Amino acid sequence: MNFFSRHKNVMILAVVLLAQLLALAVQIRRQTDEGSVRLIRFAVVKALAPFERAMIHAGTGLRGVWNNYLDLRHVSAENNDLRRQLNDLHLQRDREQEDARQARRIQALLDFKENWIDKTVAAQIIGTSGVENAHLLTLDKGAADGIKPDMAVITPDGAAGKILNVVGEHVSQMLLINDQTSGLGATLVKSRLQGIVKGTPEGQVTLNYIMGDENVQAGEAIITSGGDHVFPRGLPVGTVTKVGMGRNLFLDIQVKPAVQLNRLEEVLIVTEQKPREPDVTGLGPIRAIDLVSQRLPGLPQSTPAEGAPAPNSASQNGVPPNAATPKTATPGAKPPSVTPQVAKPQSAVPQNNPPRRTAPPVVPAANAAPHPAGGAR
Amino acid sequence: MRVPGLTYTSREEVDVYRFSWPVSLGLPLVMVAAQAFLPVRIPALGVFDFGLLLTIFFAISRRSPVSGLLTGAVIGILQDCLTRTPVGVFGIAKTLVGFGASSIGIKFDVENIGTRFLLTFFFYVIHSAVVLAIQRLLMGQAIHLNLGHAAGASMLNSLLAVFLFALLDRLKIRE
Repeated sequence: MNFFSRHKNVMILAVVLLAQLLALAVQIRRQTDEGSVRLIRFAVVKALAPFERAMIHAGTGLRGVWNNYLDLRHVSAENNDLRRQLNDLHLQRDREQEDARQARRIQALLDFKENWIDKTVAAQIIGTSGVENAHLLTLDKGAADGIKPDMAVITPDGAAGKILNVVGEHVSQMLLINDQTSGLGATLVKSRLQGIVKGTPEGQVTLNYIMGDENVQAGEAIITSGGDHVFPRGLPVGTVTKVGMGRNLFLDIQVKPAVQLNRLEEVLIVTEQKPREPDVTGLGPIRAIDLVSQRLPGLPQSTPAEGAPAPNSASQNGVPPNAATPKTATPGAKPPSVTPQVAKPQSAVPQNNPPRRTAPPVVPAANAAPHPAGGAR
Repeated sequence: MRVPGLTYTSREEVDVYRFSWPVSLGLPLVMVAAQAFLPVRIPALGVFDFGLLLTIFFAISRRSPVSGLLTGAVIGILQDCLTRTPVGVFGIAKTLVGFGASSIGIKFDVENIGTRFLLTFFFYVIHSAVVLAIQRLLMGQAIHLNLGHAAGASMLNSLLAVFLFALLDRLKIRE
């Protein structure tokens, strides 16, 4: 018996392992999928997609029967709860509408433009990677639906991920924000500090690159900054859960994502974003004095007589008496007397600004930007 | 077919089985698809590695190391294609498991429930160790080792294997 037939099994094992090791080495060196690897990967995802779609549809059908016919016991109680919630939300909406109007006026004065969501495509998740530490999901929308790589994937709760590959006409893959290879430009709502949200090997989410001497508190909300040119600005990302000193002078900030990433079933893919000025039609004429008075709650109600000295509160804030020149302002115009007052609203930081490491001046919450995702979806 | 050599089984013969072509080709696809689909609806099911269980089952049933390692390689590469990692990580791990399980399957009575449980537990640990080693040493990735989770996952997969193998036994054809 020759050497080969005696050690046939071990030799075949060695050949198969060696072939895979070589393939692995080539892929690691290239860092990206190319050529045949990409083809094999796409072929497998495409081959499995019909199975997954069929299973999802079967499951959805069964669940529909359950939800529509069988599980109606708690509907009445749930309706009452929802009515109460609706009333609360109406009150909250009325309060916030006024804040939003004011913010839009200020943005218009500053010639502020931001990316608004113009068009979204709803997609259903039909599969996962099947591996616990790879946070990749398969969607039932693809090239035929206008999906392209690097499009933002969101839910009503906030940012979820981005499109990684468009595999076929009706299949694509999205990378979740808790994958360790993902990255998302983010802003802390209260302190306005900017950092990058990344995933960890355990599938947790962290906010990175915030300097160690900054004051970040647990419970602070995080929104998208728009600086990554993938996500529109202002989408909820999550909440700070734990802050500690990390390595390399940066804080170690753990984040609870706004979206339940392991329970996603349907998502919205942002297929079109357009830079747009805020719509101020219907908000009435914008007078600079209105803005100033709104921003200075201590200002007396009665306007002093012309030529009379201004109250201290106004002059301390750098606004000269009779600051209402011009009397009206058009969107985009920057009245010189108003600019010092309104030049620093937190909502008006251009999205291409570099991350700021210093604490910003305190600004009333009324200046918060309107939710860009909500306005034009 | 009689397998020569000493075996740790009370039975006089150790049976070797084969599978029909539709089962050999279709079952890996169905299992990998199920593994990708089930966690969408029930995230906790992501702990199960159906591909690994199928690799072990085919290997111990066929008792052919070459067939075992090739089955493992194919199932592993299928799984690799669904992830973002380079193709070969799970391929290598499952190739080793397929070879090991079929080699051990010759020596043991793999029809026994206890043996199946222990074999699956052992190979789940080996598989995880190989994947982590490749990710850390070859790919330079940061890895997270949660021993409690790994032990729990091994137990759950081994328990599932006992029931799944009993079901899959119906698909075996004696040679």
